[in-house]
Amino acid sequence: MRKVLKYVLYDILRNKFLLGYTILLLILSGAFFGFEVDPGKGIISILNINLIVIPLVSIVFSTTHFYNSYEYLELLSAQPLSRKTIFFSQYLGVSITLILAFLVGVGLPVIIYNGDSSGIRVILTGILLTLVYVSLAFLAAVFTRDKAKGIGLSLVIWFYFSLVYDSLVLALFLNLSDYPMEKITVLFSLLNPSDLARILVLIKLDVSALMGITGAVFQDFFGSTNGLLISFLALISWFLVPLIASFRIFNKKDL
Amino acid sequence: MIRFENIYKKFGKLEVLNDISIRFDIGQSIAIVGPNGSGKTTLIKILLGMVLPDKGKLFFEDKNIFQTHAYRGNIGYMPQISRYPPNLKIRQLIEMMTEIRKSEGWNGDIDEDLYEAFELDKIKNKPMGTLSGGTSQKVGAALAFRFNPKVLILDEPTAGLDPIAAEILKDKIQKERAKGKLVIITSHIVSDLEELTDYMLYMQETRVHFFKKIDDLKDQYGGEKLGKIIAFLMKKKAYNTLETILSKVKQ
Amino acid sequence: MHFQKTYHLYFKSVLLKVLLLICLVVSNIFAKKINVKNKSELLKAIQECSDGDIIMVSKGRYEINNLTINKSIQLLGIGLPIFDGKNKGEILAIKASNVIIKDLRFEHVGVTSSIDWAAIKVIEASNVQIIENQIFDSFFGIYLSASQNCLIKNNQIKGSPQNEQNTGNGFHAWKCDKIRVENNTVEGHRDGFYFEFVTNSEVTNNLSFHNIRYGLHFMFSHKNNYSYNTFDNNGAGVAVMYTKMVTMKHNVFKNNWGSSSYGILLKDITDSEMENNVFENNTMGILMEGCNRFVIKQNDFTKNGVAIRMQANCESNELTENNFKNNTFDMATNGTVVSNTLNNNYWDKYDGYDLNKDGIGDYAYRPISLFSTLIERMPQTMMLLRSFTATLLDKIEKVLPSFTPENLKDINPKMNPFLNFERA
Repeated sequence: MRKVLKYVLYDILRNKFLLGYTILLLILSGAFFGFEVDPGKGIISILNINLIVIPLVSIVFSTTHFYNSYEYLELLSAQPLSRKTIFFSQYLGVSITLILAFLVGVGLPVIIYNGDSSGIRVILTGILLTLVYVSLAFLAAVFTRDKAKGIGLSLVIWFYFSLVYDSLVLALFLNLSDYPMEKITVLFSLLNPSDLARILVLIKLDVSALMGITGAVFQDFFGSTNGLLISFLALISWFLVPLIASFRIFNKKDL
Repeated sequence: MIRFENIYKKFGKLEVLNDISIRFDIGQSIAIVGPNGSGKTTLIKILLGMVLPDKGKLFFEDKNIFQTHAYRGNIGYMPQISRYPPNLKIRQLIEMMTEIRKSEGWNGDIDEDLYEAFELDKIKNKPMGTLSGGTSQKVGAALAFRFNPKVLILDEPTAGLDPIAAEILKDKIQKERAKGKLVIITSHIVSDLEELTDYMLYMQETRVHFFKKIDDLKDQYGGEKLGKIIAFLMKKKAYNTLETILSKVKQ
Repeated sequence: MHFQKTYHLYFKSVLLKVLLLICLVVSNIFAKKINVKNKSELLKAIQECSDGDIIMVSKGRYEINNLTINKSIQLLGIGLPIFDGKNKGEILAIKASNVIIKDLRFEHVGVTSSIDWAAIKVIEASNVQIIENQIFDSFFGIYLSASQNCLIKNNQIKGSPQNEQNTGNGFHAWKCDKIRVENNTVEGHRDGFYFEFVTNSEVTNNLSFHNIRYGLHFMFSHKNNYSYNTFDNNGAGVAVMYTKMVTMKHNVFKNNWGSSSYGILLKDITDSEMENNVFENNTMGILMEGCNRFVIKQNDFTKNGVAIRMQANCESNELTENNFKNNTFDMATNGTVVSNTLNNNYWDKYDGYDLNKDGIGDYAYRPISLFSTLIERMPQTMMLLRSFTATLLDKIEKVLPSFTPENLKDINPKMNPFLNFERA
């Protein structure tokens, strides 16, 4: 695995798009922290990068990379390598480089300007979100051989988790406003990795406001050690489950 | 050396291989021929483990190779289109392939004939993404022969090459045949096949139509050229198809 | 003639003062200094002393209940002697003026539901000074009733709270005038500082934290000044009610978390001022109900859930030159707020521009967002806080305002925060 991974990493690290992505992130976070007098406000803007840009780039870049490497994957599979090695060297190659880009572009500025617990949360969830969306991208890519369909599918996934899901939840809340929905919000939050990442950060940022909500199920859960553990586990399974599923498909897939 | 036993494969509803049983032996040089969609490519992909059969068994040196990968250390494969990670240099690609072989019981032989003949050393620090299709093919060919494998599988080997490179490659193939290797070639260039192979596997409509010595085949068709024979076989198939359609229309 | 009369008056007042001084000196000459080393000596001394005497209490533990002082004496501790109430009842009651209680430690005042037992109770007296005492594990700490001109200074009051019912207030004043409460620390009581019908008083430099209910609680207490106090992490923050002409400056209100917890709850407070205070990390910075003509100026609101909630029954209040930073929501209300002025504040959420470079944004800022209104009605939507969907809603609302109050806006929002506020 390591020998293949080494060369995958070498290849992607020289990818111009990835370089552009890193510089873009660096400029964005530099601007957010540089122009804001208050690092606390900067971290909120960074959270938006985490929730929109990171998933979008992760999922589109990974899907594209997968399709562009298809012939190479074929060639590798004619070598004395297991499908497992081929698949995970690709997955690790893509996610490691994307995480590196994130750490340089976002992690570094955050540590410099806002290295407190909310900053650490932003970095941690950013890494996990990258892993999640790379997994989802691979799932989309092994699902269909058609590149256009695959990229389309990954965009739909991104759009769903970034906007559609929350809008559906909001619509549900509006329509069922007479029913007690406090407990179910926890469940709803667990069902969307982007929401989970967002909540894990804002439980630090907006703790004052969250404490004000009557009923308090939501903040009791996410504020407690167990809740924290469960939500991080949920976020981890959000990348492990699609990853394992996509590997299973890839393992039996005809290239 | 290689044995297919009752191999079946469908892509969705489309049947591509239907009960294939066949044996390739060391020393043979085989042309796989057939009209488009007859299952040639799938057969090779199954042999290479890229496609998994629905039913049936495949043996390499009498070992069932279903979902194993070590046996591929004995195969050199040259794909029809060679696309490699664009930012890897030729040198690195070769290094990587060497490292992959190292762990899989490879005897350590390195055959740099093609590497030298194609003068790849001069451009070894060029990234793969900057190479022309022909040069990529040269790299693919050099890689296929580099580890001195017992079996060579060449998919349209001369298609993308300039005439000089094609000649070099054909010479190399002849040389390996002489060493008694199993060579499997698919090609639409009949003259190449006539030159490079002594057996023909003719596939038609998902089945093996015949697997014969080319000399025997020529005898059977009264000393005709291989090109004519193949053309005749394909036309006959077309005629048959037409006949079935007509009979159905009549009914 | 006129001059003579004035001179005469002046002479008369000087004479009066001189006479008073002589009296004082004379009384001091006759004043005794009594040293006591045990309970019986102490009781005897209290019994037999006369006005102006000084009773020096030596170090040690004195089991005392319901000891009444009804002469103008000083009771001074040496090496912090302990008055132990053994949880049986009150310790000290002062019913005379000009009494000084200093350097004593009070412990274990009993708890009852019918009487407010306190470590030190001052009843209908004036000029009493309670200085540098420690009061631990008491039902009520210092209790002033119908007294004037008293000084409460440098005391440390620490309760051991079990629940709201069996813990009294740290400092409690009822129907007092012109008292001064300075440099005291209260923790672990029901209310840290409690004032009812207290007027013309100064409350300065006190620290009130970890109290079960309110750090400061007053009602019907007009014309008081509260300055340089810190109220930190009290159960429900600070609540003040039914009062006119209050001034609160340079105080810090912080870390009050919970669904009914406030930096400060202002209920029916009128003609008052609040300047240079800091509100930080509160679920709600200020909750205003029925407040009129209240000026909120040059305060810092930082990291609050809602910085200010102004209920619809508030009128003619003024909010100027404040800094709003990192609050989840800047303002909230429950209806249509009218005729309140928002002017020249810094709002970090303001995203307008300043083309003429005068430091004032070119269009108004509306501190109430649609999403905050939504959360009010459906707390579960808190799940969507800071989501793309929520941001989108707020942007749409900004372009087409339909739910948020039209007239609650700062027409001169500052582009940059105020940096030179005077702070405690």
